[in-house]
Amino acid sequence: MRKISFGEALREALQEEMRRDETVFVLGEDIALHGGDFGVTKGLLDEFGEKRVRDTPISETAIVGLSLGAASVGMRPVAEIMFSDFLGVCMDQILNQVSKMRYMSGGQVKTPVVIRTAFGAGISAGPQHSQSPEAFFVHIPGLQVVMPSTPYDAKGLLKTAIRNDNAVIFFEHKLLYGVKGDVPEQEYLIGFGEADIKRNGTDVTIVATGLMVKEALAAAETLEKDGLTAEVIDPRTLVPLDEKTLINSVKKTGRAVVVHEAWKRSGFGAEIAAMIMEEAMDYLDAPVKRVGGLNVPTPFSPALEKYVVPNENDIVKAVKEIT
Amino acid sequence: MPRLFLTHEKMIELYKNMVTIRRFEEKVSELFAKGAIPGFVHLYIGQEAVAVGVCANLRKEDYIVSTHRGHGHCIAKGANLNKMMAELFGKASGCCKGKGGSMHIADYGSGILGANAIVGANIPIAAGAAFAAKSRGTDQVGVAFFGDGASSTGAFHEGINIAAVWKLPAIFVCENNLYAISTRANRTIPVRNIADKAAAYGIPGVVVDGMDVIAVYDAAHEAVERAKRGEGPTLIECKTYRFCGSFEGDPQLYRSKEEREEWRKRDPLNFGRKLVETGHMTDVELEKIELEIKSTIEEAVKYASESPYPESEEATTDLFA
Repeated sequence: MRKISFGEALREALQEEMRRDETVFVLGEDIALHGGDFGVTKGLLDEFGEKRVRDTPISETAIVGLSLGAASVGMRPVAEIMFSDFLGVCMDQILNQVSKMRYMSGGQVKTPVVIRTAFGAGISAGPQHSQSPEAFFVHIPGLQVVMPSTPYDAKGLLKTAIRNDNAVIFFEHKLLYGVKGDVPEQEYLIGFGEADIKRNGTDVTIVATGLMVKEALAAAETLEKDGLTAEVIDPRTLVPLDEKTLINSVKKTGRAVVVHEAWKRSGFGAEIAAMIMEEAMDYLDAPVKRVGGLNVPTPFSPALEKYVVPNENDIVKAVKEIT
Repeated sequence: MPRLFLTHEKMIELYKNMVTIRRFEEKVSELFAKGAIPGFVHLYIGQEAVAVGVCANLRKEDYIVSTHRGHGHCIAKGANLNKMMAELFGKASGCCKGKGGSMHIADYGSGILGANAIVGANIPIAAGAAFAAKSRGTDQVGVAFFGDGASSTGAFHEGINIAAVWKLPAIFVCENNLYAISTRANRTIPVRNIADKAAAYGIPGVVVDGMDVIAVYDAAHEAVERAKRGEGPTLIECKTYRFCGSFEGDPQLYRSKEEREEWRKRDPLNFGRKLVETGHMTDVELEKIELEIKSTIEEAVKYASESPYPESEEATTDLFA
């Protein structure tokens, strides 16, 4: 099978969906001429023209608000918010507008808005360009939250997000854009609410998202040398969450570790841990452990930055604490 | 600006629509005081000329995005009074199944893309509806209504700015009623007219007597035509006044009785008297209009009162499509 990068996979998803449906358009800062700060939208302007590939002013509120207005009358915008940290700027349009419009109207309107955004630490981008804010958004009813970890997942999930009639926040880890992986030539979609078991095992369930999937798989390799087999599961969509797959795994292993790069306190891991406790208490042989980023802003210096985010050693340590 | 020629029928329609809004709002005020309407209500009494003058230039397929003070806009744009009243009561037969209430009246089939309770937030949304029209190549326009307070928000700036640079067929209608709840406009707006801010976006900024339905109609007509010609948006500032409090229950300590009485003299509904004086209507016809509207409003109240509340299971529906 051919190998393409995460960024290329996203671009293919956008191209295919824009060819398929003329109501799909992309907008964001520097996405047209520049091809996006992370290059995801490169080439789209040449193929689809400036009516459907729009460079915007620095106006996150207008980017999301305009997307909502257009979506509510039949278009399918895919907005790029350059860095997920900037979601703070347009928070009202997400919290009070996009997520609630359908419900408040009693179901009169569909709001097929996709917001793609780059998140995560690892390139010394500093405290305001390195965050993992997904927890804020999984908390808001009316949003679907997607976080792929491989090129295959990225393409299939983005296509679904665009065809879906709901508001989606699509989180892309910066360090994944260049990572290559198998992606079929033929068209495929990945449904929401379908977790992916990235590695099978029987001794512990490790739930990981984004870049932490790679760390979890590395941890699983290390653990195997000690005779422990870890089942690594990537939820892929945080909302809707595939609880069934997670619970079935915990029923098998009896132990769970949840890992995410986001700050540990009230991170999405807390939701998963609570859910596992509620649904699978009888099967647990130990408390669910959470591994998350330290509760501090992401410092700039590479020496500090790598210290505040979890890595495979933290995951191994957590597993050892419950096995 | 030259006065447009308006037909006899059109002028009477303008008057009727203003009276409908006035009587609806008066009834809502009465019902709210009795406890039949929960939550907050922000009434449009005194500002009728703005909604009616603007919406008289719009077709069903044109879009408006309204505000928490939106009953007037929604009525002028053709929302069903029964469903509106039922919505205010929180009944299942409300236009939003009771899930939105007064501040979120919506009727997407009539181009009413929801009333918005976050001040200014509707401005970029209206720009989005206009964007869709332009993308599809139709001649639909998108209108955002907002108040003087909204002109200080980031959303005002971002929404108008993007509509201006992309030359979207949008009309931004500012209803400057001098107060954002209790805060007088001259304490928050550093320029003489909000319309002056249009210069920042390179679009026309028009100041209009918001108590004069014909003046509003003319200004809106020009803005709609400009939008349809592909020349971009217009910012219309209607100088108006709400005769009621910001919300029902507002003690209105921030403005004097004298000021309110001065503005009352310029009641937009005086247009009815003008139509009689100029021979367009007789006193009998004027009275007939009142009776018809009274009956329509009473029917709406009856419809709302007799409708059931939603079942509790409804609380968890309509989240996702």
